[in-house]
Amino acid sequence: MIKVEKLTKRFGGFTAVNSIDFEVHKGEIVGFLGPNGAGKSTTMRMLSGFLPPTSGKAVVAGFDVFADSLRAREHIGYMPENVPLYTDMRVNEFLRYRAALKGVARRRLKERVGDVLELCGLEDVEKKLIGNLSKGYRQRVGLADAMSHEPDLLILDEPTIGLDPNQIRLVRELINNLRRHHTILLSTHILPEVEVLCSRVIIINKGRIEALDTPQNLRDHLSQAGHIVFDAIVPDAAAAASALRSLESVQSVSYRADGDWTVFTINAVLGNDPRELLYRHAVDNKWRVREISRPPVSLEQIFAEVTGGEES
Amino acid sequence: MRKFLILFGREVSSAFHQPLAYVVLFFFLIVTGFNFQAGVTLLNTGPGTVTIVQAFFNTVYFWFPFVLVFPLITMRVFAEEAKMGTIETLMTAPVKDTQVVLSKYAGCLFFYITLWSPSLIYFVVFQEITGVKAAEAVGSYVGAYSMLLLMGLLFTAIGCLASALTDNQIVAAIISFAAILGFFFLGLLSFILPSTGTFLRELTYYLSPVEHMMNFSQGLFDTRPVVFYTSSTLLVLFATFHIFQYRRWKS
Repeated sequence: MIKVEKLTKRFGGFTAVNSIDFEVHKGEIVGFLGPNGAGKSTTMRMLSGFLPPTSGKAVVAGFDVFADSLRAREHIGYMPENVPLYTDMRVNEFLRYRAALKGVARRRLKERVGDVLELCGLEDVEKKLIGNLSKGYRQRVGLADAMSHEPDLLILDEPTIGLDPNQIRLVRELINNLRRHHTILLSTHILPEVEVLCSRVIIINKGRIEALDTPQNLRDHLSQAGHIVFDAIVPDAAAAASALRSLESVQSVSYRADGDWTVFTINAVLGNDPRELLYRHAVDNKWRVREISRPPVSLEQIFAEVTGGEES
Repeated sequence: MRKFLILFGREVSSAFHQPLAYVVLFFFLIVTGFNFQAGVTLLNTGPGTVTIVQAFFNTVYFWFPFVLVFPLITMRVFAEEAKMGTIETLMTAPVKDTQVVLSKYAGCLFFYITLWSPSLIYFVVFQEITGVKAAEAVGSYVGAYSMLLLMGLLFTAIGCLASALTDNQIVAAIISFAAILGFFFLGLLSFILPSTGTFLRELTYYLSPVEHMMNFSQGLFDTRPVVFYTSSTLLVLFATFHIFQYRRWKS
């Protein structure tokens, strides 16, 4: 559905997107993940045909986004960040205008507008001025607009930003329902969103793709190097820590006191799991143990890892 | 063509959806009404050679609202979309840049024509009530209104260009106001420059909207201003189109 080759965008001396390649297949929901200013929006703007790239190529639904822009745009529904809308129009009026503009035949307009109003739960507000709508409703109007011409591909730039938790849930459900008919590329920096929605994740940082895989694979990959929590009552924390360090396949140990308990955080050598050793060691020393666990790695850690942010 | 009409419809409705439209229409009617009344007063002073059509189109009360109205009509068109970000959804719909620029221009022009069309009623009413001919011949109407349209073509285009230059409506209004007023005053130079056929006087005379209107409202049709206004309109629209594209590509 999307094929991107060596796509680059420079603004003066600043390289916003640096020669990225990726592919999105039909029916996928792909999450575009990255810190602010990583180049997510710029990439999406290029894919939607709004910005021409400095170099490189992008093909959507078989049409080159730049050479054959008009036809490619017919297959794309794009919702920009912050959802710009004409505030002086009524919801149904706006959707009708947009659908007509995007080439929906006149006789199908009414039906199409009715469909997207229903799908996005906008029937209650269809006669309201967009300027008077709340943020959550505007977001949904933006979504309704993006899909009004039944595009093959939806490009959604931060679809849940600035919404309250209920609205976020509604928008997510909506996106989830769309997966049957559309391929979706969405950007976000809310990580649980990606885990809930996306079949694949692209992590982008400083204009480069840092990781591209399913959320599950990314997690598996990182959890091999994950840490272990070991919580016990020991006579002497410092001595116990150095004893633990001497265990096989333990790389480093740090600890903090929690009342009578000492919580050790143990980093294992890559690919090893020293939990059983820890258990034996505790039994041998008659330590009372409250927890030996390996917390699941969240996408947040993956994100921090690959974008070089502070590790949580 | 369908896309153009859809965009044009949107432009027209958005122009009439804003309160500014009605404020402009209201005050415009007041000033043109006053202008008409001044024309009638002039005719009442005694027998003269001017008709009411000539009197109406050649006073300062005519030029003042005429020049002032363009920035108000056009400042919105590109600047507002750029500021609100709707330009992004607009330009990612399958529409050509030319369609967008031309529909916005046509929308402004439509508002401009709406603004002036009630003035035709004045002359009809004048003839009905006084029994005096409003103009010597039909040519006088045709001349005056086609000059009104020709100047409208160019000045609306200048306003659109100014609006395409910036995200800020006020800045757009000031740019177009300065440009249009500058052009207007350039034409007035021909009245104060020494009359011996210097080049500068010839040039400003050729460019003077006041001169053009004076001739056309007498029914004197001259092709030179027609060529001048249409060709410079095309030039300004061409520039607008490129600035519009350039700014998008830079953003």
